[in-house]
Amino acid sequence: MITATEFRSLFHNGLVKQNTGLVQLLGLCPLLAISNNVINALSLGLATVLVMAASSGAVSGVRHFVPNEIRIPVFVLIIAALVTVIDLAMNAFVHPLYLVLGIFIPLITTNCIVLARADAFAAKNHPLHSVVDAIAMGLGLTLVLVVLGAIRELAGQGTLLSGIDLVFGEDAKQFVLHLLPGYQGFLLAILPPGAFIALGLLIAANNWNKARAEQRARAAVPVAA
Amino acid sequence: MTPQIRAALRNALRTGLILFVFSLIGTAMLAFTHDRTEPTIARSQQAEKLALINQVLPAALYDNDLLASQQSAPPDALLGTRKPSTIWIARRGGAVSGVVLEAVAPDGYSGDIALLVGIDIDGNVTGVRVTAHRETPGLGDYIDRAKSAWIDQFAGKSLTAPPPRHWKVAKDGGVFDARAGATITPRAVVKAVKSALDYFARHRAALVATPEPGVQP
Repeated sequence: MITATEFRSLFHNGLVKQNTGLVQLLGLCPLLAISNNVINALSLGLATVLVMAASSGAVSGVRHFVPNEIRIPVFVLIIAALVTVIDLAMNAFVHPLYLVLGIFIPLITTNCIVLARADAFAAKNHPLHSVVDAIAMGLGLTLVLVVLGAIRELAGQGTLLSGIDLVFGEDAKQFVLHLLPGYQGFLLAILPPGAFIALGLLIAANNWNKARAEQRARAAVPVAA
Repeated sequence: MTPQIRAALRNALRTGLILFVFSLIGTAMLAFTHDRTEPTIARSQQAEKLALINQVLPAALYDNDLLASQQSAPPDALLGTRKPSTIWIARRGGAVSGVVLEAVAPDGYSGDIALLVGIDIDGNVTGVRVTAHRETPGLGDYIDRAKSAWIDQFAGKSLTAPPPRHWKVAKDGGVFDARAGATITPRAVVKAVKSALDYFARHRAALVATPEPGVQP
């Protein structure tokens, strides 16, 4: 079983301390490709959470049967098979959602964070812990994706949540926020360089925040002598 | 054989066998899922294709099973295709009433723009849709019907109205609107739609004479 403290520490690890986007800097390929608006970012993030939870659970379940020498090929095999199964099942049974997320599912296989968590965590831990860890890591990635998507969408076209109608149907169009009416757009933010610049700024902000917290902690401790 | 070599050999065989078992399980999983999902996926792909065709060809124009009417066209410079493409033949009361062509605009701002062009029997465009493109988001992507209604202006146009020299964007002296700052994309689309009309004009006789599937001539 999993205790509340373990649960909290896993989530703190995934969302803050070891955040894949800001701290580990893993899985940047899909992160940069898909973060040009909030809806795309959220969709890819949630699909990644699903794949990570399934693959970490499966890897952890068979960890006692896999010799150390061939663990990587076996994990890759498990992840690739699971992603394909999810891809096919979504295509068949939730087709409207597949039309939106479909292009992201193969992208997830290129995300090294899935294999990284399988090898670094799921291969050594109980399935329940592994699934929680995968969900926490995935949500951490989703969080960065959504923030990055919001920055790029707002700077690039002055809106938020554009394209929401592709996920929730035509009626959802009213939820698109036109925050900067008459905005001319800033193409750089939407193009790939915008992704690098915005991510760089986010990482800088995160590091600055961490440095300040450390300084405050040091100042709080009375210096001896 | 020394005991060390024998041990190494046994180990190698064991790991190989384990890897084999895992690939077997993986393959079985994929085969099972594929088998279970294939009919549903094929059905929704057909429905999707038909929905797209219906956007370029008014439903009132045909009463045949369009998907059964499809035939293959060899790569053609006028269609801009480098691979065989599909032509759907619409019939009303058995007579050919129009066609839907797959065309490619090869000179977009970033690569090919795939189009679906509906043309009625008199050579009038009934509709055009972009099915795949990589144009700049927020700049050239207004050719996509999901982003703007720009593509609707082709409906009703033919090789005589406007005359061929006016099959250009407004900036080049033609009749088609284009947004300032992004004229390469619409220019490519206008050119491709006109070429598709040229293709239809050239192959009209052969297309009209196509025997109806399942009906003896």
